[in-house]
Amino acid sequence: MPDSIDVLLVAEMAPLVDRRVATSYRLHRAAPGDTIPADIAGRIRAVFSGGSSPDALLVQLPKLEIVASASVGYDGIGLKTCVARKIPITTTPAVLNDDVADLAIALMLMTSRKLAACDRFIREGKWLTANFPMTHRVSRKRLGIVGLGRIGRALATRAEAMGMSIAYHNRRPAEGTSYRYFPKLLDLARESDFLVVILAAGPDATGIVNREVMEALGPDGILVNISRGQVVDEIALIALLQEGKLGGAGLDVFVDEPRVPAELMAMDNVVLLPHIGSRTIETRTDMGMLALDNLDAWFAGKPLLTEVPETQAARRVAK
Amino acid sequence: MTTTKDIDVLTICQLLRPAEERWIASRYRLTRADKDAVPDEIASKARALITSGLDGAPGALLDRMPNLEIITVNSVGYDLVDLKKALARHIPVTHTPDVLTDDVADLAIGLMIMTSRRLGVADRFVRAGRWTREKFPVAGKVSGKKLGILGLGRIGRAIAQRAEGFGMEILYTDRARLNSNYRFLPDLVSLAKESDFLMVATSAGPDARHMVNEAVLEALGPDGILINIARGSVVDEAALLAALEDGRIAGAGLDVFEHEPNVPPVLFRRDDVVLLPHIASSTRETREQMGRLVIRNLEAWFAGKPLVTPTPETLAMLANR
Repeated sequence: MPDSIDVLLVAEMAPLVDRRVATSYRLHRAAPGDTIPADIAGRIRAVFSGGSSPDALLVQLPKLEIVASASVGYDGIGLKTCVARKIPITTTPAVLNDDVADLAIALMLMTSRKLAACDRFIREGKWLTANFPMTHRVSRKRLGIVGLGRIGRALATRAEAMGMSIAYHNRRPAEGTSYRYFPKLLDLARESDFLVVILAAGPDATGIVNREVMEALGPDGILVNISRGQVVDEIALIALLQEGKLGGAGLDVFVDEPRVPAELMAMDNVVLLPHIGSRTIETRTDMGMLALDNLDAWFAGKPLLTEVPETQAARRVAK
Repeated sequence: MTTTKDIDVLTICQLLRPAEERWIASRYRLTRADKDAVPDEIASKARALITSGLDGAPGALLDRMPNLEIITVNSVGYDLVDLKKALARHIPVTHTPDVLTDDVADLAIGLMIMTSRRLGVADRFVRAGRWTREKFPVAGKVSGKKLGILGLGRIGRAIAQRAEGFGMEILYTDRARLNSNYRFLPDLVSLAKESDFLMVATSAGPDARHMVNEAVLEALGPDGILINIARGSVVDEAALLAALEDGRIAGAGLDVFEHEPNVPPVLFRRDDVVLLPHIASSTRETREQMGRLVIRNLEAWFAGKPLVTPTPETLAMLANR
């Protein structure tokens, strides 16, 4: 019977998701860094995670069969342990694409049209004595996408509706699109008004948006980063903004979150967001529901919906 | 070629760029004055009036301008021009449609996402150093929601086109059903009831005053968000403030207010509103195009050529001569 299956919940979930897991399973709550009481630890068959479930947690759970994570990334999950013990990890890859694409458009508009600065202008009482200076149009400008994956395509669809021209840089040309491809990131930057960075982070992506790329984007160009802070050389970014060699930056991610360099906080031509790319109640709910769908499938003996390739491969190998 | 240098032109427009004013001053005898302090000398001589959307052309001023032949408005909205008086005297009025449509539609979309996702709040949260101590709350998704547009004109359609890229369902109301694939609702309360976002994109005027009232806000509901990029007069601002205070709507994104530049200070501490200082057309690119249209209309009139962008009422008047 499902409600006799012991599940360990190690993250905060949206209310509807919490209600569903609590009624479907025998639920135990903990934090990812906790030591689990032995009598409970010995019964846990599933971990329901928000992206963080390190080896130190998993080794406490001898009866663990599956880790279902409401997240896209799984670098915070003990992959080695799961591969070795042939425990499947499931994630929620595509659910947040719309939210992140929406945020990218918002960052482009907010940075170019200085919308956050305008809102502060009114709240500080300044509209009473002055008009806010003119800014720059977004429609019909040139959008350069760094990393045309699923989110990049969702962004391109929105930007096309604003009459923008779309070009991109990937390691290899993407299939099934007619957007202009640039094999060199530097060339894309040179021919873009907005450069939006969406590629998945990884060791070879670190710092690829460097001083040269940002200088090519130029004093009227705007950089938007919604991928990972490490992809952009943050020191060079600050210097170029201070020198007036880069027009502006819209950032949802930083190198050392949640710390944001004080130099950026003083600027009006940047927008600074606290890594909220997919932080909506709807998407958090959808992600949690998909994770639970995976759990339900597992315990019903049905195929998993969104298992990660590494545990798929491990489990395919004959025992 | 007749010289235009003897033609007196009065400008009460605060928003013409310096380059444009210089150009007009080189061709005409241009005088600049404050709308409320126009000297008799220029009022009585001026043959052309250049004004902005918010300065308009009040009847009292027109009465002091016996030689007035044309009014060129540096805006798409002209609700503050005393049209009745102008038409009765056969004075054509021109405005600046189309060139600002994209910028206004962009702003409408930006306002919608900013309000729903609390992005202004988030930017202030980071700048106040709160991210190192607190988690930012979850906000509301935009894609896939229902967008109700009040006024499916040029700007309304441009907004709808963009919203389709976000997978939104588009509904609208207008004076009558229009040629469109979007779903028509016969009245504003019905539209509000079905909408997640209510977008005010109608032209203003006496008929539109306070169209968005308490009943409409009630219908929009505690999960609904109001966006106004039209004119402050279309929304009953007192009713809006009350609805926000009571949580009867989820939030509002506003580029316009009833008594600009006065924004009710009670709004300043609220996280469920975004406040912008009437900047929908305020980009260099668009202001340059608007200014150029004002100049082209002036030039056309005094060269005896057809006006470039007369208002619909003006077109009708000229056709009936």
